[in-house]
Amino acid sequence: MAENPSELHLPGPIMSRREALQVTAGAVTLAALPPETVAATSSSPAVVKNDMTLTMTVNGRIHTLTVDPRQSVLDVLRETLDLTGTKKGCNQGACGACTVLVDGKRIVSCLTLAAMHGGAQIETIEGLEKDGVLHPLQEAFVEHEGLQCGFCTPGQIMSGLGCIAEGHAGSPQEIQFWMSGNICRCGAYPGIVAAVADAAGRT
Amino acid sequence: MFPFVLEKPDSTEDAIAAAAAGARYIAGGTTLVDLMREEVERPERLIDINRLPLGGIRVEGEHLVIGALARMAEVAADANVQRLQPLIAESLIEGASPQLRNMASMGGNLLQRVRCPYFRMLDAGCNKRTPGSGCAAIDGLNAGHAILGTSDHCVATHPSDVAVALVALDATMRVRGPQGERSFPVEELFRLPGDTPHLEHTLLPGELIVEIRVPGGPHSRRARYLKVRDRASYEFALVSAAVALLVEDGVIRQARIAVGGVGTRPWRLRDCEAELVGKGPDRQAFEEAARLAARGARPLRHNHFKAELLPRTIVRALEMAGEVA
Ligand SMILES: Cc1cc2nc3c(=O)[nH]c(=O)nc-3n(C[C@H](O)[C@H](O)[C@H](O)COP(=O)(O)OP(=O)(O)OC[C@H]3O[C@@H](n4cnc5c(N)ncnc54)[C@H](O)[C@@H]3O)c2cc1C
Ligand code: SF4
Ligand code: FES
Ligand code: FES
Repeated sequence: MAENPSELHLPGPIMSRREALQVTAGAVTLAALPPETVAATSSSPAVVKNDMTLTMTVNGRIHTLTVDPRQSVLDVLRETLDLTGTKKGCNQGACGACTVLVDGKRIVSCLTLAAMHGGAQIETIEGLEKDGVLHPLQEAFVEHEGLQCGFCTPGQIMSGLGCIAEGHAGSPQEIQFWMSGNICRCGAYPGIVAAVADAAGRT
Repeated sequence: MFPFVLEKPDSTEDAIAAAAAGARYIAGGTTLVDLMREEVERPERLIDINRLPLGGIRVEGEHLVIGALARMAEVAADANVQRLQPLIAESLIEGASPQLRNMASMGGNLLQRVRCPYFRMLDAGCNKRTPGSGCAAIDGLNAGHAILGTSDHCVATHPSDVAVALVALDATMRVRGPQGERSFPVEELFRLPGDTPHLEHTLLPGELIVEIRVPGGPHSRRARYLKVRDRASYEFALVSAAVALLVEDGVIRQARIAVGGVGTRPWRLRDCEAELVGKGPDRQAFEEAARLAARGARPLRHNHFKAELLPRTIVRALEMAGEVA
């Protein structure tokens, strides 16, 4: 059962853009550091290894992972587990694109350190569809055109699940307020509110 | 982000010993992770306090007691909080987003750091981040900055909403450190910037916030929080007001007013409160009292509007409190 998916991404003869980025990420980061940071870093122990091993259940599947404590849940989902449905918008907690459910509650995964969530149950957009059937909230987003470019949509849908479960989807006004942690640059808000209201009515 | 070691102690004593030796506590991480990623904060050792018994909300006699690890969302939704101190619930709901409120702890909320944009721009002068480097905000874009309690060294506002409510309600906090426990008013947690804006709070090295205690009373029911901001929700305050009124036989017996978005710390307005006592809860009395709010204000180039918006916000909040049946 124990597996470290990052080890599964050894560069083969054909590399996707994502894999190429993963392999070179370390070198690129170092080169991009301002000179004084490099100096500061190199005065600390030559190899900083603070890695931690933990298990995490993502969409019902248990993963044993070794993480750098600096990695956010968002980074582990996208870079280590290749679950790229969860989006990185601002990486500052401000846009909601990275919303996932942790132990049933909606949170922003960009401000959450993975190393602090050993044993957590995480649900992402990839876990909603079951046997080829969309979740009712996904259906509702399609029906009400709750999106335009789609970048914010995984976060909107995961946040919408939280909003409905919390009992905050009673009226369009209430949905607007309780979905305000999710920004949509395309301005698909009317469709988003309609979709959440519709799905709340169905459940 | 700079490298760090993460520890997860099971005992409060171990956590305090580590913090006294220079480690930083982390609770929800919504302030700290963000600032560490920006390299404004560079702790080498982090103490995850989430395993410590600092959660929960309970009623002890006249007091509502809120654990430092209780989450903003949990506190706002708690039946005792809504019944005994609706002002706290209202101020929490007006802050951050549902996702952040699920993560953010009450202790972390009080110790959240400023939202001044220059604080997080490593190439701008900022005395709070780098003592002695100047203050880019004083001659920069300062519409969101403070008009009360500022100094020539820093003009940033304290961004918390619930802290404003807690200061209005005379809440106290219990902290534990290497030398044992002590309690003091939440208001005394916050320092004025003076010429040492990098020193923001009065906790001693290693001190851990354990809980917040809010005294009850008949004023608690007629209490409202009004937050004025650039959009209807999910934005920091331009001006906010937490007010509570005790009215008997048509006369104000007690008034409490604290404001946010205008001060370098949550700002209690005792002169305005005194002006209201003995008067009827009407608009004229509210306006006369609110006129005193901006006395001594030092507006900056872009935030003169706050000196006008402040009394208006107070008047509206007092009217809202007066309407509570
Ligand atoms: C996009 C965004 C919008 C926001 N909007 C608002 C808003 O409108 N209104 C508002 O009030 N807030 C707002 N916030 C701030 C948010 O409320 C705070 O970040 C949060 O409350 C901090 O709590 P935390 O548990 O995540 O703290 P952490 O990030 O874990 O810690 C913050 C600080 O507190 C210290 N600390 C934490 N717990 C303790 C303890 N028990 N004892 C001693 N020290 C401790 C830590 O060492 C650290 O220095 C916003 C934040 C973001 C990212
Ligand atoms: S107002 Fe304070 S936080 Fe902002 S730049 Fe000036 S010193 Fe820094
Ligand atoms: S990417 Fe997490 S909130 Fe924007
Ligand atoms: S659909 Fe494009 S950002 Fe929301």
